[in-house]
Amino acid sequence: MELLVAILIGVLFMIGTYLILTRRLLRIILGTVLLSHGAHLLLMTTAGLKRGAPPLLGEEAAAYTDPLPQALILTSIVISFGVTSFILVLAYRTYKQLGTDDMEQLRRQEDE
Amino acid sequence: MNMNDVILRTATKVITFIILTFSLYMFFAGHNNPGGGFIGGLITASALVLLYLSFDLESMKKVLPVNYIAMTAIGLLIAVATGMGSFLFGAPFLSHAFGYYDLPLFGEKTELATAVLFDLGVYLTVVGITMTIILAIGEDQT
Amino acid sequence: MNNVVVLPILIPVLTGIVLILVRSLTWLRIIGVASLLINIGVTAYLISQIDATGIQVLELGGWSAPFGIVLVADMFAALLVVTANVTAVICLLFASRTIGEKRERFYFHSFYQFLIAGVCGSFLTGDIFNLFVFFEVMLISSYALIVLGATKQQLRESIKYMLVNMLSSVFFVVSVGFLYGAVGTLNMADLSLRIAEMGQGGLLNIIALMFLFVFGLKAGLFLFFWLPGSYSAPPAAVSAIFAALLTKVGIYALIRTFTLIFYQDPDFTHELLGWMAGATIVLGTIGAVGAKNVKGILVYNVVASVGFIIFGLAAFTEGALQGVVYYLLHDIVIKALLFLLGGAFLIAAGTGRLRSTGEWIRTYPLLGWLLFATAFAVAGVPPLSGFLGKLLILEGGLRAGEYVLVGIALLSSLLLLYSIIRWFMEGFWKPRPEGAPAGGETRVVRSLLMPCVLLLAISAALGLGAEGLAGFVDQAAHTMAEPSVYISAVLGE
Repeated sequence: MELLVAILIGVLFMIGTYLILTRRLLRIILGTVLLSHGAHLLLMTTAGLKRGAPPLLGEEAAAYTDPLPQALILTSIVISFGVTSFILVLAYRTYKQLGTDDMEQLRRQEDE
Repeated sequence: MNMNDVILRTATKVITFIILTFSLYMFFAGHNNPGGGFIGGLITASALVLLYLSFDLESMKKVLPVNYIAMTAIGLLIAVATGMGSFLFGAPFLSHAFGYYDLPLFGEKTELATAVLFDLGVYLTVVGITMTIILAIGEDQT
Repeated sequence: MNNVVVLPILIPVLTGIVLILVRSLTWLRIIGVASLLINIGVTAYLISQIDATGIQVLELGGWSAPFGIVLVADMFAALLVVTANVTAVICLLFASRTIGEKRERFYFHSFYQFLIAGVCGSFLTGDIFNLFVFFEVMLISSYALIVLGATKQQLRESIKYMLVNMLSSVFFVVSVGFLYGAVGTLNMADLSLRIAEMGQGGLLNIIALMFLFVFGLKAGLFLFFWLPGSYSAPPAAVSAIFAALLTKVGIYALIRTFTLIFYQDPDFTHELLGWMAGATIVLGTIGAVGAKNVKGILVYNVVASVGFIIFGLAAFTEGALQGVVYYLLHDIVIKALLFLLGGAFLIAAGTGRLRSTGEWIRTYPLLGWLLFATAFAVAGVPPLSGFLGKLLILEGGLRAGEYVLVGIALLSSLLLLYSIIRWFMEGFWKPRPEGAPAGGETRVVRSLLMPCVLLLAISAALGLGAEGLAGFVDQAAHTMAEPSVYISAVLGE
């Protein structure tokens, strides 16, 4: 199971990196989204994919999974959700005001 | 929208209430079981988004004249204030307490927890912020 | 348990929330300034407590140390919090005169408070994932502040700033994941203890490098390619607070992780830090000397000083760490001052291009001489602040045998002095060329000088009062040099 998830993470990072290296702004943002998914999965996997009951009161199971990575991932997902929605709006605004979503044309000009 | 969306509107009128009830259930189920303010808030927001989709923005503004940014602020304020409530009892920030009380309507030994207040803050914040984001993206039609 | 530890975070958060609901411009400003002043008072009280009874710890929600999240106020963190708040008040005074009503109405003051909350939280937290959360609080506020106003340049630069920081956040999460997998805890004190037990082998060295990458990117240590563009886009008050605080938080995180957690293998990690610092100093200095406009000089000065502070960390002796504390406090104040002066100059001269300015000393003698004094403070000339920090860092470097890097640092101080003096000479003394743009309103510019004078006074006080500060700085550096003090305070053994 760990191996499969590891491959999945690798694929996510691969596609994310590829998308980040392209020129269109929307693709770059999608790339960062995929990268953050990969990072969250990685966080879950490195903490160990254990079998056990969910860490809730009243389950009375023999083994529980570690709740900490799940809490970390939830926090991280919320943060990346907020940041992603912000950058989407920002990208849309930039596109409307500057008339381009090509990173080549978003370069800094001299004397500003 | 010009398309004929009778089906959507009729269905929405029913489904919205189901979703809202479910979100309330999720909200109160929280803490010891899966649920809580965060997920409850998201479900409520999804119900609201459905309303906004099937009826247009203008009429929704008349029906629900809510300032979502203020709602977010109030939610945050409640959450932080609940955390600070523990200062009064000399406990560390964010400490929570719970107890069992006999209440007339809910039966004996109803569990009351201060975490619900914190969750209420989270609920309002999540609804407020989700709606702010979605409306900010959606309001721009040009 | 001490609830005062959380107050420097809570006060700005609460203020920020309340300010969302406030409509009146006057009240926005008054409440914003008042809350930061209260925060300074609270932190001063916290410092007196730390001085009396040692490191203050708060276990949030009553969950005990390695399991729950702890806030830890040691002397280093508390000193940084108080300096950050002092600088923030003064930048806010400057901001309310320059930032414009439109930005203020669009929640500028709330984001400002959240930024301060994130900065204070990053300083005070004792848990590495919580550090990530406070970093994000700070960064999200900074995204909002950098784009507020939405001029074309701001939009263009903030997109890049956000993308770089989103990427580094992803790597932060990845590093935390690896660290949790390898060590099984996220509490900094517990991490330190466990890594000391298991030894810092190859795997942990790689994780240390990942943290170095993440924090280096945020601090602008060697990976500063994003910094010049982003810091010159927003209005002066905002870039002043960015220059004063954001890179410093990255530096603080580097110092914390490499003195408390990954300190077992200094031959590898600290040597690398040293060379990265050296490269940063060299590149920053070249940028500052070669810059053709004021903003270029400003941003590359930030870069060079980041390198200088990390050089003190790389030397890793108690004396050098004392120097790091002094210099960090000095640098927060002086970088804010430099950016505010830059902002005032841009308004006064109407342009940042040195070629098309001149003779402003006739109109604004005070601004000119303030800049002159600041140049000497940056270079570390006594009695202004910066002298003692620089001396201690260089001495530590010499003791550690890093002669080349000490030479680079000394030479760069001289060249940085030159870069600012060049601005002083060309902007204030050279005869004004034909076709130079008309300056701003004299009255507006004069009203901007008060915050700058205040900051310079603080810098001088830091320099002259170094003797009185010595007791606190010794404590701060001692905690860094002896991680056991920190660990026993947190884990209570």
